[in-house]
Amino acid sequence: MLAVVGTVPDQGFPLVAGKATLQGDRLYIQGNEVPVNRGTPALLAAAIKTAETLGRPEPFGYLIGDIGLGDGSRLLYEYLTRHIKENDFSTIAFHYVQPDVDWHNRVLLVVKEMTRRPVLIADAGFMYAAKMSGMASEYDLFTPDVGELAFLADEDAPHPFYTRGFILHEENRVPDMIARAYSHKNASRFLLVKGKDDYVADQGGIRATIKKPAEDALEAIGGTGDIVTGIAAALISADWEIEKAAVFSARANRLAGHFSKPTPATQVIEIIDHIPRALAKLLLGKK
Amino acid sequence: MALLNSFFKQKALKTKKQNLDRGILIFENTSEVIRAERILKSQKWEIRVMGPPPEIQHGCDLVIEFSLIEELNILRTLQEAEISPLEAVPSTSPLLKPVDIFQVKDYGAHLMVRAANMKLTVEKATLTIVNVSGGGCPDVPYLAKELVGKTLNQAPAPREIGHTLCGYALQLAFEEMKHRCSQ
Repeated sequence: MLAVVGTVPDQGFPLVAGKATLQGDRLYIQGNEVPVNRGTPALLAAAIKTAETLGRPEPFGYLIGDIGLGDGSRLLYEYLTRHIKENDFSTIAFHYVQPDVDWHNRVLLVVKEMTRRPVLIADAGFMYAAKMSGMASEYDLFTPDVGELAFLADEDAPHPFYTRGFILHEENRVPDMIARAYSHKNASRFLLVKGKDDYVADQGGIRATIKKPAEDALEAIGGTGDIVTGIAAALISADWEIEKAAVFSARANRLAGHFSKPTPATQVIEIIDHIPRALAKLLLGKK
Repeated sequence: MALLNSFFKQKALKTKKQNLDRGILIFENTSEVIRAERILKSQKWEIRVMGPPPEIQHGCDLVIEFSLIEELNILRTLQEAEISPLEAVPSTSPLLKPVDIFQVKDYGAHLMVRAANMKLTVEKATLTIVNVSGGGCPDVPYLAKELVGKTLNQAPAPREIGHTLCGYALQLAFEEMKHRCSQ
């Protein structure tokens, strides 16, 4: 089963742990309702759509409200250290939480004690903490966008906000940044870099480049990166190999985006609605 | 001797890793440090007063260490108390500066500005913010919720309602967008 760990932008949202379901543009978990716009709800929605298409169970969510004060995130970290071992997850996707190296390390320590070590995916704030802690190589998949890749490539930067200019200038040289991130041990076993072109890479270099269908507007739409991570996480939890899942999820996101006829003003739920169609088309082509 | 050097090198590396998510506030004089410490501690911030790292060549001989991610929030707290640190920098690499490179993409009817990991997109004709993307701190979805659908002039500045470095990066994109749209 897939577990997704993250936050929702509502200070009053309680700490919940349970199966997540989707109805229209609303996510439901333990009797609580969350609108799907971007962030972890978008990741979960994409994972649910993918699981439905594959005939797999819904993902398990660990969610709490946090608007950036970090209070919710810290409660969630603490809860995870006490409870995450209670379930047998094949895959865990860590997402929007306040980056905190100390709490990150405590959670990772507990995860490593699980009977079956899950495939570990990190994106957003949790990925920042993983890099800062020096534990990036403990993870199986990071899903940065190009700005975040520059941060992974900069061994000194504690946050993307402090990425050095000479690395940011290299943004048209994604392969060089990937190599630099690996050389400083700031990358996971596989990287899925989301951007104008998507890249799947490992220690040995670029494994795949995904360029089509090309929809320029997707970069501006908040939550498209979350969709890619959600699809990849759901595929990996369905026993797909990580590399194949990463490539497939990048294609599926592009295709779902293409079906939505996007403009820079498109909202992510309009793309999520097209995920089943995109998956069906790609799965048909795979057979 | 070589063994001793290796020990200190490893210890320094360990300390560096331990402090990677911390920042330091540099002040003009120690009385400001004391005032800032009192205010921040009274608001339950986890901070500590310490000596400055050797790279810091300005300010007084005390600094305040804080959670770097929450830089925007902590600076706002100090601003409300009319205390202005000279600078806020990462503990491990005090010479690092915030990003000052902006990537701009013109979509015709829309314009996108990116600062570090944060992207802001507006409709040119109405100056309405149509999307906020990127980022990884929990205030990003919150900021998006508060900004999208409002014009650049109606929307609250990310600096006023954000809390983290992602919020700070969005503020830079917001300012750059305003600058470009006023030309």
